[in-house]
Amino acid sequence: MPTAFQRIYTKLEEITKATCTVRATDVGYEELATVNGQLAQVVKIMGDEVTLQVFAGTEGVPTDAEVVFLGKAPSLKVSEALAGRFFNAYGDPIDGGPKVEGDEQEIGGPSVNPVRRKQPSELITTGIAGIDLNNTLVTGQKIPFFADPDQPFNQVMATVALRTAADRIVLGGIGLTNDDYLYFKSVFENAGALHRIVSFVNTTEDPTVERLLVPDMALTAAEYFAVEKKEKVLVLLTDMTLYADALSIVSNRMDQIPSKDSMPGSLYSDLAKLYEKAVQFDDGGSITIVAVTTLSGGDITHAIPDNTGYITEGQLFLRRDTDIGKVIVDPFRSLSRLKQLVIGKKTREDHPQVMNAAVRLYADAANARTKLENGFELTDYDERTLEFAREYSDKLLAIDVNIDTDKMLDTAWQLFAAHFSKAEVGIKQSLTDQYWPENQ
Amino acid sequence: MTATQQHTTGRVNGIISNLVLVEVDGPVGQNEICFIQHGETSLMAEVIKVMGDKAYVQVFESTRGLRPGMEVRFEGHMLEATFGPGILSCNYDGLMHDLSTMSGIFLQRGDYTSALDLEKEWAFEPLAKAGDEATAAHWLGQVDENGIAHKIMVPFKMKGRYTIAEVMPAGNYKVQDTIAVLKDERGTEYKVSMLQKFPVKQAVKAYREKPRPFQLLETGVRTIDTLNPMVEGGTGFIPGPFGSGKTVLQHAISKQAEADIVIVAACGERANEVVDLFVEFPELEDPWTGRKLMERTTIIANTSNMPVAAREASVYTAMSIAEYYRSMGLKVLLLADSTSRWAQALREMSNRMEELPGPDAFPMDLPAIVSNFYARAGYVYLNNGKTGSITFIGTVSPAGGNLKEPVTESTKKVARCFYALSQSRADSKRYPAIDPIESYSKYLEYPELQRVLNEQIEEGWTEKVNELKNILLRGKEAAEQINILGDDGVSIDTHLVFWRSEVVDEIILQQNAFDEVDARTPMDRQQFLVNKVLEVVATPLSFEGYEEINPYFKRVINAMKQMNYSEFESDAFNQNMKELEDTLAERKQAN
Ligand SMILES: Nc1ncnc2c1ncn2[C@@H]1O[C@H](COP(=O)(O)OP(=O)(O)OP(=O)(O)O)[C@@H](O)[C@H]1O
Ligand SMILES: [Mg+2]
Repeated sequence: MPTAFQRIYTKLEEITKATCTVRATDVGYEELATVNGQLAQVVKIMGDEVTLQVFAGTEGVPTDAEVVFLGKAPSLKVSEALAGRFFNAYGDPIDGGPKVEGDEQEIGGPSVNPVRRKQPSELITTGIAGIDLNNTLVTGQKIPFFADPDQPFNQVMATVALRTAADRIVLGGIGLTNDDYLYFKSVFENAGALHRIVSFVNTTEDPTVERLLVPDMALTAAEYFAVEKKEKVLVLLTDMTLYADALSIVSNRMDQIPSKDSMPGSLYSDLAKLYEKAVQFDDGGSITIVAVTTLSGGDITHAIPDNTGYITEGQLFLRRDTDIGKVIVDPFRSLSRLKQLVIGKKTREDHPQVMNAAVRLYADAANARTKLENGFELTDYDERTLEFAREYSDKLLAIDVNIDTDKMLDTAWQLFAAHFSKAEVGIKQSLTDQYWPENQ
Repeated sequence: MTATQQHTTGRVNGIISNLVLVEVDGPVGQNEICFIQHGETSLMAEVIKVMGDKAYVQVFESTRGLRPGMEVRFEGHMLEATFGPGILSCNYDGLMHDLSTMSGIFLQRGDYTSALDLEKEWAFEPLAKAGDEATAAHWLGQVDENGIAHKIMVPFKMKGRYTIAEVMPAGNYKVQDTIAVLKDERGTEYKVSMLQKFPVKQAVKAYREKPRPFQLLETGVRTIDTLNPMVEGGTGFIPGPFGSGKTVLQHAISKQAEADIVIVAACGERANEVVDLFVEFPELEDPWTGRKLMERTTIIANTSNMPVAAREASVYTAMSIAEYYRSMGLKVLLLADSTSRWAQALREMSNRMEELPGPDAFPMDLPAIVSNFYARAGYVYLNNGKTGSITFIGTVSPAGGNLKEPVTESTKKVARCFYALSQSRADSKRYPAIDPIESYSKYLEYPELQRVLNEQIEEGWTEKVNELKNILLRGKEAAEQINILGDDGVSIDTHLVFWRSEVVDEIILQQNAFDEVDARTPMDRQQFLVNKVLEVVATPLSFEGYEEINPYFKRVINAMKQMNYSEFESDAFNQNMKELEDTLAERKQAN
């Protein structure tokens, strides 16, 4: 329903796979429009030539298609009524419910002034030792799972989401398979958590370029709950690799010179703009982002995981441990950068040293395994590290573990004492004096 | 210098992301600053290319909502830093706007705050007197800024020779008050205040001479100070894949280094890391003066979510401020994390302008840009004979961790210290993950520095450092042999060579940046440690079989690690030292 302010044009000058160009005046940069009824956004203006990116693609768009400029950038109406609802990439309901009324917020808005941020300091516990013990998460952090497509990352992410004490969970589904979409829906429903959750979902059945809107939609909703309602918000973004792929499609259509792995040269900035929405506010509200970046063939030097790694505050790797037949959080390659803000401070004092000692011994076990594979004889120490590694994997690293952090630390001390001498473990004496289980 | 000029104006004609095409009605200069009028707010931009009557400008803000026809006003000058007392302890954005005086939680477009507090009064003391001759950067007087004698200088922009007509008497002045009057050869008078501006992309050249640096710049990081020392006025870079410890290392240096002034440019990196500094620096003490760290520090925060063009400007702003303080005869340390983000900002713009791309789509002139920037650092003799320095250390974030990429390669050509962080060291938590074999400090080859080290630390120091390097190298070879031939395929001696290098690695190289004691090792303690380690390594030991070696050395290393975690020469330290001596005695060969 065009209003008096809307300007309508009906002559396209140029059409490519994702964009079209029309002669028009008084159009604002990043303004929304509809092209042939499909949503589009201004991505380039040269004099009176305006190039629009059509989110659903330009298939079937004729040169006399109606172009209507809407006079605003993409936006989302935010209010409490978002809770419990499922939306598409444009923020329209897909759960059969009514449209949400509320304050209209432009998506992709400004960033928080760094001096107004608070240092993240609130622990997030998941019960998974591979996370809580080795890679402790903090509110206001941003961290992805680096996972191969066949790994159960969405399941792990759903578990993490439901176990944390977040006030609100915002799911940004980017190219989710329909099955995974339904999986998330049913897990949240079964946990009775639906009222805490807001979802923006683009499935593999939806147009690719639409995906570009999903993270910004999810983060705009998250900002509403974190700023206005002072809530602890957890944002789940899966799969950010598909987001980056959509970026490269668009930049390609715009004739930009690709840099590494045919990704746009601005990939770092594009991803950083999203991830940096993670923040701890002064008054208790926070946005924490847990994302998924799928890898191809485990290659983390590919531009997508590489740029992500440079932006996020660590990364979590899942790996199947064939010794125990379970999926574990890989202690070598996983890292939470913000853990030192809380470990040993919000958790028991022995946490940092116990964590490091265990990982070091686990690394020794890996060396012993290499030796074994190369046909060399193992020393007594090697044998003991291998026994340790197996138990450590089973009792702590496996993702089906669900215990509190003190229990994780106690378990680690028991494993140390069962397999090693104090000098071999090499923890500060004052801690060993206090925590070493003497009766082993 | 404030003569009113005719301003060129123009109108927006095209917009692609933050590149805006402006049709102009008069002369414009390359790198000239302009403002685009967008409703009530004006958005700052910089000219990066001119073709006929079209100027391409990069906007330092989001361009959302900009439209053709909007008015543009050109300022007649380039992007400038604002100098004067009150810069220290400030947190600026990349264009030197004070972040703490901006309103609201979110950054608002066009909220351009003043770099200096214009109302604050400073107690000015004259240093020059009427009749003195003066050129740019001549010290006219000083004020106390956080315990530092902040020199008020003849503005850097003033070319030629002047006679001082008048210097105001000691007293309290605001930064814009006149504190001196200068006269040029023709008798024209110029009023000078404590505030001056200077283009950030131009080097301040108001010094007499730039000799080769020769003084050690102590950082408290053992693998740097002992093995590959940085010097006052030196340059270095820290390349490393993500998560290898670039930022932690730079933060450690910024806290501990023996510098008068520290300028940290957070260039396109994480906001939470800058917040760490905001939180810690006002609390932590400068180990050299006992004052709060924040008092000697200025932070330029242009984090990754802030506009890309401002990111490019941020490193120049930081360098410019460093040059200002160097001109006061101070030791300035400048850190930039990460210079790759700056290069990427250049790449984004050059891409949008459809310039012919160089390797990895970076601009062709990247090596020249990097080299010009590093050349601004250095140790200088000022015109008054005093010395000042800018030591610059940048991090590099190579794509895929592969050092064969344009930013690393361009930087390697100009930076004299190379602190390569290795993925495998980081993976095995051997922090700081500086690869002891790949890394180097070219300064170690300077006879000037060798002389200073041998005088300041001890006679024969540089030979000891070389010995440590040899031990590490031989240890690496031994490790390779053991890997190929197996534990029992090599001699006991080979095992000993390996484990001795492990002692050097674990005790000197590895250092826990988060342990209160271990984080910083003063030079006298490093000297002690080097001698102790060399003594341990030189101790002839006897073993029956190789199986005994690993557990034995674990004990040696453990005892020495405990020493590292204890206050120097404390009871705990002495006790662990005794344990070390006892352990050594167990296996010591009677000779
Ligand atoms: N000296 C150290 N002591 C203890 N831990 C360290 C040390 N250096 C690095 N680390 C660990 O490594 C993590 C990553 O370090 P850092 O943030 O400095 O990496 P980076 O190289 O700057 O990565 P990026 O390129 O992604 O910014 C830290 O959060 C910390 O856990
Ligand atoms: Mg970093």
